[in-house]
Amino acid sequence: MGAGVSDGVTDLGLWGVPLAMLAGAIRVSTPFLFVSLGECLTERSGRINLGLEGTLVFGAMAGYAIAYETGSPWLGVLAAALSGAVFGLAHGVMCALPRVNDIAIGIALMLLGTGLAFFFGKPYVQPVAPDLPSIPFGWWSDIAQVRAALDVNALFLIGLALALGMAWMFRATRAGLIVRVVGDGAEAARALGVDPLRVRALSTAAGGALAGVGGAYLSLYYPGSWNEGISSGQGLMAVALVIFARWRPVNCFWAALLFGGAGALGPALQSVGVTGGYHLFNAAPYVLTLGLLIAASSPSRALAGAPAALGFNR
Amino acid sequence: MTQTLPDAPLFAQALGPAALAGLARRAEAVAIPLGALLAGLAAFSLFLAALGHSPAAFYALVWRAGFGTGFSWENTLSRAAPLLLAALCVALPARLGLVVIGGEGAIALGGLAAAVAAGIGGPLAPALMALAAMAAGGVWIGAVGWLRHARGVNETISSLLMAYVAIALFNHLVEGPLRDPASLNKPSTAPLPDALRMGEIPGVGVHWGLAVGVAACALSWLLIERTRWGFAARIAGGNVRAAQLQGLPVGALVVGFAALGGAFAGLVGLFEVAAVHGAANASLMAGYGYSGILIAFLARHNPLAIIPAAVLVGGLEASGGLVQRRMDLPDATVLVLEGFVFVAILLSETLYGRCRVFAPERWGRA
Repeated sequence: MGAGVSDGVTDLGLWGVPLAMLAGAIRVSTPFLFVSLGECLTERSGRINLGLEGTLVFGAMAGYAIAYETGSPWLGVLAAALSGAVFGLAHGVMCALPRVNDIAIGIALMLLGTGLAFFFGKPYVQPVAPDLPSIPFGWWSDIAQVRAALDVNALFLIGLALALGMAWMFRATRAGLIVRVVGDGAEAARALGVDPLRVRALSTAAGGALAGVGGAYLSLYYPGSWNEGISSGQGLMAVALVIFARWRPVNCFWAALLFGGAGALGPALQSVGVTGGYHLFNAAPYVLTLGLLIAASSPSRALAGAPAALGFNR
Repeated sequence: MTQTLPDAPLFAQALGPAALAGLARRAEAVAIPLGALLAGLAAFSLFLAALGHSPAAFYALVWRAGFGTGFSWENTLSRAAPLLLAALCVALPARLGLVVIGGEGAIALGGLAAAVAAGIGGPLAPALMALAAMAAGGVWIGAVGWLRHARGVNETISSLLMAYVAIALFNHLVEGPLRDPASLNKPSTAPLPDALRMGEIPGVGVHWGLAVGVAACALSWLLIERTRWGFAARIAGGNVRAAQLQGLPVGALVVGFAALGGAFAGLVGLFEVAAVHGAANASLMAGYGYSGILIAFLARHNPLAIIPAAVLVGGLEASGGLVQRRMDLPDATVLVLEGFVFVAILLSETLYGRCRVFAPERWGRA
C-alpha cells in the first residue's frame, strides 16, 4: 500500500492497526453479540445451551441457502432465525425430561447442528448469495480505511437495540420477571403459577433464533460466504462471554465489541504487513476468552449475578 | 434375604431377590444404551428416507465397508485405535463429574511433542517420544482440571478453548520454526527416521495403537473399579461435598484423572505420528477428539464399554468414503448419523430406573 494512492487509500502507518481493530470490532462483534444475547436469555431462565455453536453454523448455512434461492438476504436472516428457533426448542423440550443433562444435550446438538449444516450446505459452497446491506456512517471522511471502518451493517444496530430492549425487558416487564423467577428456581415459579419447563423451552427457542441470526451475519455479510470453516468457536466463545458479562444484556454488547476487537487483531496486523505469528494472533480471541473466564470465575460455588438454577457450578 | 417373590417367573424365584436385582441392573445397563443406539439409527433412517435415500442400502454399505470383510475389519480397527484413547480423555474426567470436550488439542500437542522428541534421537528415543506425547496431553487437559478445581472455571468451555489455542500453537510451530523445508504442499515436521516408525501388530494388520488402546481401557477400568483412587473418584464424582468431608483429596483426583485422560489423548498423537503419518502435520486433527466424546457417552463413561463403542463408531467412520461414492451423499452424512445417535443416547438417560422390566421388586404388581 503506497502513500497517497488515488481512490483515497492513505498510508496510515501503524495507525492502521487501531483503526483496523475498530473496524474489525464493529464487523466481527455482531455474531458474538447475537449469540451472547441469545445465550443470556436462555441462561437467565436457568438452562445452558452449549449447542449454539452448532446453531450458529446451521444458521449461516440456512441463511446463505435461502438468500441464494430467493435473492433476498433478509429472507435468509429470517430462515436462519427460524432454524435456530427449531434447534433451541429441541434443546428446551429434551432438557425438560428428567435426568437429561442440558450441557450434554448442548454438546450433542453442537455436533448434530454442524453435521446437518455441512450435509445440506454442500451444494452452496460455490454459489454467491446476495449480501446484507450496510449503512455508510463514514461518508464524511476522505480516508478509505475510515469509510470502510464505519460501514456499519444494519444487524449490528439491530443487535444494539436488542441488547437495550432485553435489558429493559428483564428490568421492567412481566415477561422479563417471569424469566428471572424461573431462572432462580423452579419451585418459586410454580408457586407463582408459572410452568418453568415451558418458560425455559421458549427462552431457549428464542435464544436459538438469535444465534441463528448471528450465523446468517457470518455467511451474508462478514466474511460473507458459506463454507465449512465459517465458525471457529464463535458460538462457544459467546457462551463464555455471557459469564464475563455477568448475565447482563448491555454488558454483552460491550464484551462482544471487545471480543470483536481481539478477533480483528490478526487480520489488522496482516493489513499493515506483519505476517509472522499469524496463527498466534488468530488465537488471541481464545486466549482472551480463557483469561476473562478465569478472571470472572470464582472457586466458591456461586458466581455473582448468576441465575440460581443455572447448572454451571454443579 | 431368603424371602421369595411370589409373582415372579420361576427362574427369578430360583435366583433370589438380591442376585436378581443385580442381574436386572446389568441388563438395564446394557439394554438401554443398545435400545437408544437402535432408536438413533432408526431416526436417521427416517431422515434418509425423507430425503429420498434408501436406509437399507445405506446400512448395507456401512456393514460391507465397516464389518463385512477381513479388509474392512482392518480398516475399522485402525480407526478404532485412536478413538479408544480419545474416548478415555472424556470418560476418565467424567467419572469425577467433568465434561471435557477438548481432546483434539491434546492429540495435536501430543503428536507434535512426539515428533520433536524423535528429533532428539538416541537409543531411548521411542520411550522419550511416548513420554513427551503423554506429558504434553496430560499437562494440557490436567490444566483444565486444575482450572476447574482451583478457580471454578467451567471445564467444558475451557477445554474447547484450550483445544483451539493448542491447534493454533500447533499450526504456528509446524508452519514456522519446526517446519521441514522439504514439506512443500503440506507443512510438516521433519519425517521420522525408519527406525522410529512403528509397525503393525503381527497377524492383525493394525498398528500397535490398537493394543495400547485396549490395554488403556482395561487399565482404566481396573483403576476406577478396583483401586482406592478409583473408589475415591467415584465418591467425589457423586458428591464433591461429601468427598471433601471424608477428607478425600478431591483436587488431586480431579487434576490426576483429567491429566491421565489427556495423556491418553496425547498417545493418539504419538501413534498418528509414529505409525500413520510419519511426521506431525495437519492430518493429526482428524476429529478423533470429537468422535471420542460420542464414544464416551455411548459407553456411559465405562472404560470397558468404550471398546465395543469405539469399534462401532470406527466402522461407521470407515464406511464414510464408500457411502459418499455409492449413494452420492455428502461426507457429512456420518456426522449427522453420529449426531442422531448422540441425542438418542442422552435422551435414554431419562429411562433408567423407570422401566418395570428392570425392577424385579415391582414385577407382578399393578
